[in-house]
Amino acid sequence: MTTPSDREVVITRTFDAPRRLVWEAWTRPELVAKWLHGWDDWRLEVREMDVRPGGALRWIWHGPKGEQMGLRGVYREVVPPERLVHTEIFDEDWTGGETLVTLLLTEETGRTTATMTILYSSREARDAAIQTGMADGMEVGYQRLDRLLASIDGEA
Amino acid sequence: MVSDRSPKLDRVFHALAHPARRTILRSLADREQSLTQLAAPLKMSFPAVSKHVRVLERAQLVRRRVVGREHLCRLHAAPLKDVSDWTEGYRAHWERNFLRLDALLDQMQAAEADARRQKTKGNAGWRREAEGSR
Repeated sequence: MTTPSDREVVITRTFDAPRRLVWEAWTRPELVAKWLHGWDDWRLEVREMDVRPGGALRWIWHGPKGEQMGLRGVYREVVPPERLVHTEIFDEDWTGGETLVTLLLTEETGRTTATMTILYSSREARDAAIQTGMADGMEVGYQRLDRLLASIDGEA
Repeated sequence: MVSDRSPKLDRVFHALAHPARRTILRSLADREQSLTQLAAPLKMSFPAVSKHVRVLERAQLVRRRVVGREHLCRLHAAPLKDVSDWTEGYRAHWERNFLRLDALLDQMQAAEADARRQKTKGNAGWRREAEGSR
Protein backbone atom coordinates (compact mmCIF):
# COMPACT_ATOMS: atom_id res chain seq x y z
CA MET A 1 0.00 0.00 0.00
CA THR A 2 1.30 3.45 -0.91
CA THR A 3 0.05 7.03 -0.87
CA PRO A 4 1.46 8.50 -4.11
CA SER A 5 -0.38 11.80 -3.75
CA ASP A 6 -2.35 13.74 -1.11
CA ARG A 7 -5.68 12.28 -2.18
CA GLU A 8 -4.77 8.75 -3.21
CA VAL A 9 -4.19 5.34 -1.76
CA VAL A 10 -2.80 2.56 -3.94
CA ILE A 11 -3.14 -1.05 -2.88
CA THR A 12 -1.26 -3.73 -4.81
CA ARG A 13 -1.72 -7.46 -4.35
CA THR A 14 -0.73 -10.52 -6.40
CA PHE A 15 -3.03 -13.53 -6.73
CA ASP A 16 -2.03 -17.01 -7.75
CA ALA A 17 -4.65 -17.24 -10.49
CA PRO A 18 -5.10 -16.13 -14.11
CA ARG A 19 -6.50 -12.66 -14.74
CA ARG A 20 -9.71 -14.05 -16.28
CA LEU A 21 -10.69 -15.57 -12.93
CA VAL A 22 -9.67 -12.56 -10.85
CA TRP A 23 -11.81 -10.40 -13.14
CA GLU A 24 -14.77 -12.73 -12.59
CA ALA A 25 -14.31 -12.68 -8.82
CA TRP A 26 -14.38 -8.87 -8.96
CA THR A 27 -17.32 -8.44 -11.34
CA ARG A 28 -19.79 -11.30 -10.74
CA PRO A 29 -22.22 -10.36 -7.92
CA GLU A 30 -22.45 -13.84 -6.38
CA LEU A 31 -18.65 -14.07 -6.25
CA VAL A 32 -18.08 -10.55 -4.91
CA ALA A 33 -20.40 -11.36 -1.99
CA LYS A 34 -18.15 -14.29 -1.06
CA TRP A 35 -15.03 -12.28 -0.33
CA LEU A 36 -15.62 -8.53 -0.10
CA HIS A 37 -17.51 -8.58 3.18
CA GLY A 38 -14.69 -7.16 5.33
CA TRP A 39 -15.01 -8.59 8.83
CA ASP A 40 -15.59 -12.32 8.86
CA ASP A 41 -18.89 -12.15 10.77
CA TRP A 42 -20.39 -9.57 8.42
CA ARG A 43 -22.34 -10.33 5.25
CA LEU A 44 -22.31 -8.40 2.00
CA GLU A 45 -25.63 -8.03 0.23
CA VAL A 46 -25.06 -7.22 -3.44
CA ARG A 47 -28.34 -5.55 -4.21
CA GLU A 48 -27.34 -4.13 -7.56
CA MET A 49 -24.26 -4.58 -9.68
CA ASP A 50 -24.70 -3.61 -13.30
CA VAL A 51 -21.15 -3.93 -14.53
CA ARG A 52 -21.14 -1.76 -17.64
CA PRO A 53 -20.37 1.94 -18.16
CA GLY A 54 -23.10 3.97 -16.44
CA GLY A 55 -24.37 0.88 -14.58
CA ALA A 56 -25.33 1.19 -10.92
CA LEU A 57 -23.69 -0.40 -7.93
CA ARG A 58 -25.46 -0.93 -4.60
CA TRP A 59 -23.81 -2.86 -1.80
CA ILE A 60 -25.06 -3.23 1.77
CA TRP A 61 -22.99 -4.77 4.53
CA HIS A 62 -24.85 -6.39 7.43
CA GLY A 63 -23.23 -6.83 10.83
CA PRO A 64 -23.90 -9.56 13.41
CA LYS A 65 -25.88 -7.14 15.60
CA GLY A 66 -28.06 -5.86 12.77
CA GLU A 67 -25.71 -3.02 11.84
CA GLN A 68 -25.94 -1.80 8.27
CA MET A 69 -23.49 0.02 6.08
CA GLY A 70 -24.58 0.91 2.58
CA LEU A 71 -22.60 2.09 -0.40
CA ARG A 72 -23.68 3.17 -3.85
CA GLY A 73 -21.80 4.00 -6.99
CA VAL A 74 -21.65 3.98 -10.76
CA TYR A 75 -19.37 2.02 -13.09
CA ARG A 76 -17.40 4.36 -15.31
CA GLU A 77 -15.10 2.07 -17.32
CA VAL A 78 -15.44 -1.66 -17.87
CA VAL A 79 -12.67 -3.21 -19.96
CA PRO A 80 -12.56 -6.97 -19.32
CA PRO A 81 -10.38 -8.49 -18.07
CA GLU A 82 -8.08 -5.62 -17.19
CA ARG A 83 -9.66 -2.35 -16.15
CA LEU A 84 -12.62 -1.50 -13.95
CA VAL A 85 -13.39 2.03 -12.78
CA HIS A 86 -16.27 2.97 -10.52
CA THR A 87 -17.34 5.79 -8.21
CA GLU A 88 -18.56 5.07 -4.70
CA ILE A 89 -20.04 6.88 -1.76
CA PHE A 90 -21.21 5.54 1.61
CA ASP A 91 -24.79 6.25 2.75
CA GLU A 92 -23.43 7.77 5.92
CA ASP A 93 -20.67 9.59 4.20
CA TRP A 94 -17.67 10.12 6.42
CA THR A 95 -15.22 10.48 3.57
CA GLY A 96 -16.41 13.94 2.50
CA GLY A 97 -17.69 12.99 -0.92
CA GLU A 98 -17.45 10.51 -3.71
CA THR A 99 -14.31 8.43 -4.24
CA LEU A 100 -13.10 7.05 -7.56
CA VAL A 101 -11.79 3.47 -7.54
CA THR A 102 -9.65 2.20 -10.41
CA LEU A 103 -8.78 -1.48 -10.60
CA LEU A 104 -6.04 -2.60 -12.97
CA LEU A 105 -5.29 -6.29 -13.52
CA THR A 106 -2.08 -7.51 -15.13
CA GLU A 107 -1.11 -11.13 -15.67
CA GLU A 108 2.33 -12.68 -15.73
CA THR A 109 3.02 -16.41 -15.90
CA GLY A 110 -0.41 -17.31 -14.60
CA ARG A 111 -0.32 -14.90 -11.67
CA THR A 112 -2.36 -11.73 -11.54
CA THR A 113 -1.40 -8.44 -9.97
CA ALA A 114 -4.27 -6.21 -8.94
CA THR A 115 -3.52 -2.50 -8.51
CA MET A 116 -6.34 -0.60 -6.88
CA THR A 117 -6.13 3.19 -6.84
CA ILE A 118 -8.60 4.94 -4.56
CA LEU A 119 -8.90 8.66 -5.20
CA TYR A 120 -10.56 10.53 -2.32
CA SER A 121 -12.25 13.90 -2.56
CA SER A 122 -9.64 15.52 -0.31
CA ARG A 123 -6.54 14.81 1.71
CA GLU A 124 -8.62 14.94 4.93
CA ALA A 125 -11.01 12.35 3.49
CA ARG A 126 -8.14 10.01 2.63
CA ASP A 127 -6.50 10.39 6.02
CA ALA A 128 -9.82 9.75 7.78
CA ALA A 129 -10.32 6.58 5.75
CA ILE A 130 -6.84 5.33 6.56
CA GLN A 131 -7.34 6.15 10.21
CA THR A 132 -10.64 4.21 10.32
CA GLY A 133 -8.95 1.25 8.72
CA MET A 134 -6.19 1.49 11.26
CA ALA A 135 -8.53 1.35 14.26
CA ASP A 136 -10.21 -1.64 12.67
CA GLY A 137 -6.93 -3.37 11.92
CA MET A 138 -5.80 -2.99 15.52
CA GLU A 139 -9.08 -4.32 16.86
CA VAL A 140 -8.89 -7.43 14.75
CA GLY A 141 -5.21 -8.10 15.02
CA TYR A 142 -3.18 -10.61 13.16
CA GLN A 143 -4.11 -13.58 15.30
CA ARG A 144 -7.61 -13.41 13.85
CA LEU A 145 -6.32 -13.98 10.37
CA ASP A 146 -5.57 -17.58 11.30
CA ARG A 147 -9.12 -18.12 12.48
CA LEU A 148 -10.37 -16.47 9.34
CA LEU A 149 -8.34 -18.78 7.14
CA ALA A 150 -9.58 -21.81 9.08
CA SER A 151 -13.19 -20.70 8.64
CA ILE A 152 -12.71 -20.27 4.89
CA ASP A 153 -11.32 -23.81 4.69
CA GLY A 154 -14.33 -25.03 6.66
CA GLU A 155 -16.76 -23.41 4.24
CA ALA A 156 -15.00 -24.67 1.15
CA MET B 1 -0.05 3.09 17.68
CA VAL B 2 0.83 6.27 15.85
CA SER B 3 -1.71 8.97 16.54
CA ASP B 4 -3.14 10.86 13.58
CA ARG B 5 -2.47 14.09 15.45
CA SER B 6 1.28 13.88 15.54
CA PRO B 7 3.43 16.88 14.60
CA LYS B 8 6.29 14.42 14.19
CA LEU B 9 4.32 12.46 11.58
CA ASP B 10 3.33 15.74 9.88
CA ARG B 11 7.01 16.56 9.46
CA VAL B 12 7.78 13.12 8.04
CA PHE B 13 4.90 13.26 5.52
CA HIS B 14 5.86 16.80 4.57
CA ALA B 15 9.46 15.69 4.07
CA LEU B 16 8.36 12.78 1.86
CA ALA B 17 6.05 14.98 -0.21
CA HIS B 18 8.74 16.12 -2.64
CA PRO B 19 10.38 14.02 -5.37
CA ALA B 20 13.83 15.55 -4.77
CA ARG B 21 13.71 14.64 -1.09
CA ARG B 22 12.61 11.11 -1.88
CA THR B 23 15.51 10.84 -4.32
CA ILE B 24 17.88 12.07 -1.63
CA LEU B 25 16.58 9.44 0.82
CA ARG B 26 16.96 6.73 -1.77
CA SER B 27 20.55 7.62 -2.55
CA LEU B 28 21.36 7.85 1.17
CA ALA B 29 19.99 4.33 1.65
CA ASP B 30 23.20 2.99 0.10
CA ARG B 31 25.81 5.13 1.82
CA GLU B 32 26.68 8.40 3.55
CA GLN B 33 27.08 11.24 1.06
CA SER B 34 28.16 14.85 0.98
CA LEU B 35 25.82 17.65 -0.10
CA THR B 36 27.92 18.01 -3.29
CA GLN B 37 27.46 14.33 -4.09
CA LEU B 38 23.72 14.59 -3.44
CA ALA B 39 23.40 17.67 -5.65
CA ALA B 40 25.02 16.11 -8.73
CA PRO B 41 22.32 13.61 -9.89
CA LEU B 42 19.53 16.03 -8.94
CA LYS B 43 20.94 18.75 -11.21
CA MET B 44 20.27 21.21 -8.42
CA SER B 45 22.23 24.04 -6.94
CA PHE B 46 24.03 23.47 -3.68
CA PRO B 47 21.70 25.84 -1.72
CA ALA B 48 18.61 24.11 -3.13
CA VAL B 49 19.85 20.68 -2.03
CA SER B 50 20.86 22.12 1.32
CA LYS B 51 17.29 23.39 1.78
CA HIS B 52 15.83 19.96 1.04
CA VAL B 53 18.27 18.30 3.42
CA ARG B 54 17.20 20.71 6.16
CA VAL B 55 13.57 19.63 5.69
CA LEU B 56 14.69 16.00 5.95
CA GLU B 57 16.71 16.82 9.06
CA ARG B 58 13.72 18.47 10.73
CA ALA B 59 11.76 15.25 10.13
CA GLN B 60 14.74 13.37 11.63
CA LEU B 61 15.10 11.36 8.45
CA VAL B 62 18.64 12.58 7.83
CA ARG B 63 21.57 13.16 10.17
CA ARG B 64 24.36 15.50 9.15
CA ARG B 65 27.97 15.70 10.32
CA VAL B 66 30.60 18.20 9.30
CA VAL B 67 34.05 16.91 8.39
CA GLY B 68 36.38 19.76 7.41
CA ARG B 69 34.51 21.59 4.66
CA GLU B 70 32.24 18.67 3.85
CA HIS B 71 28.73 18.21 5.13
CA LEU B 72 28.13 14.45 5.23
CA CYS B 73 24.54 13.20 5.32
CA ARG B 74 23.27 9.81 6.31
CA LEU B 75 19.88 8.20 6.47
CA HIS B 76 18.05 7.83 9.78
CA ALA B 77 15.18 5.52 8.82
CA ALA B 78 13.38 5.18 12.17
CA PRO B 79 10.63 7.78 11.44
CA LEU B 80 9.70 5.83 8.29
CA LYS B 81 8.52 3.05 10.58
CA ASP B 82 5.84 5.43 11.96
CA VAL B 83 4.60 6.01 8.43
CA SER B 84 4.34 2.30 7.73
CA ASP B 85 2.63 1.65 11.12
CA TRP B 86 0.13 4.37 10.38
CA THR B 87 -0.91 2.80 7.07
CA GLU B 88 -0.79 -0.80 8.34
CA GLY B 89 -4.39 -1.01 9.60
CA TYR B 90 -5.84 0.09 6.28
CA ARG B 91 -3.75 -2.50 4.51
CA ALA B 92 -4.81 -5.16 7.03
CA HIS B 93 -8.47 -4.43 6.34
CA TRP B 94 -8.01 -5.11 2.64
CA GLU B 95 -5.77 -8.07 3.31
CA ARG B 96 -8.65 -9.83 5.10
CA ASN B 97 -10.74 -9.51 1.95
CA PHE B 98 -7.83 -10.60 -0.21
CA LEU B 99 -7.17 -13.74 1.84
CA ARG B 100 -10.76 -14.76 1.17
CA LEU B 101 -10.30 -13.91 -2.51
CA ASP B 102 -7.21 -16.18 -2.56
CA ALA B 103 -9.36 -19.05 -1.27
CA LEU B 104 -12.16 -18.27 -3.73
CA LEU B 105 -9.75 -18.21 -6.70
CA ASP B 106 -8.34 -21.58 -5.57
CA GLN B 107 -11.87 -22.98 -5.57
CA MET B 108 -12.60 -21.52 -9.02
CA GLN B 109 -9.40 -23.01 -10.44
CA ALA B 110 -10.13 -26.39 -8.86
CA ALA B 111 -13.66 -26.32 -10.28
CA GLU B 112 -12.31 -25.54 -13.76
CA ALA B 113 -9.75 -28.33 -13.53
CA ASP B 114 -12.50 -30.71 -12.41
CA ALA B 115 -14.70 -29.71 -15.31
CA ARG B 116 -11.82 -30.33 -17.70
CA ARG B 117 -11.16 -33.74 -16.17
CA GLN B 118 -14.84 -34.68 -16.38
CA LYS B 119 -14.85 -33.71 -20.02
CA THR B 120 -11.76 -35.77 -20.87
CA LYS B 121 -13.06 -38.69 -18.83
CA GLY B 122 -16.44 -38.30 -20.50
CA ASN B 123 -14.84 -38.36 -23.94
CA ALA B 124 -12.68 -41.34 -23.02
CA GLY B 125 -15.73 -43.18 -21.68
CA TRP B 126 -17.68 -42.40 -24.79
CA ARG B 127 -14.81 -43.64 -26.92
CA ARG B 128 -14.59 -46.87 -24.91
CA GLU B 129 -18.30 -47.38 -25.27
CA ALA B 130 -18.13 -46.74 -28.96
CA GLU B 131 -15.27 -49.20 -29.30
CA GLY B 132 -17.09 -51.80 -27.18
CA SER B 133 -20.17 -51.65 -29.36
CA ARG B 134 -18.21 -52.45 -32.41
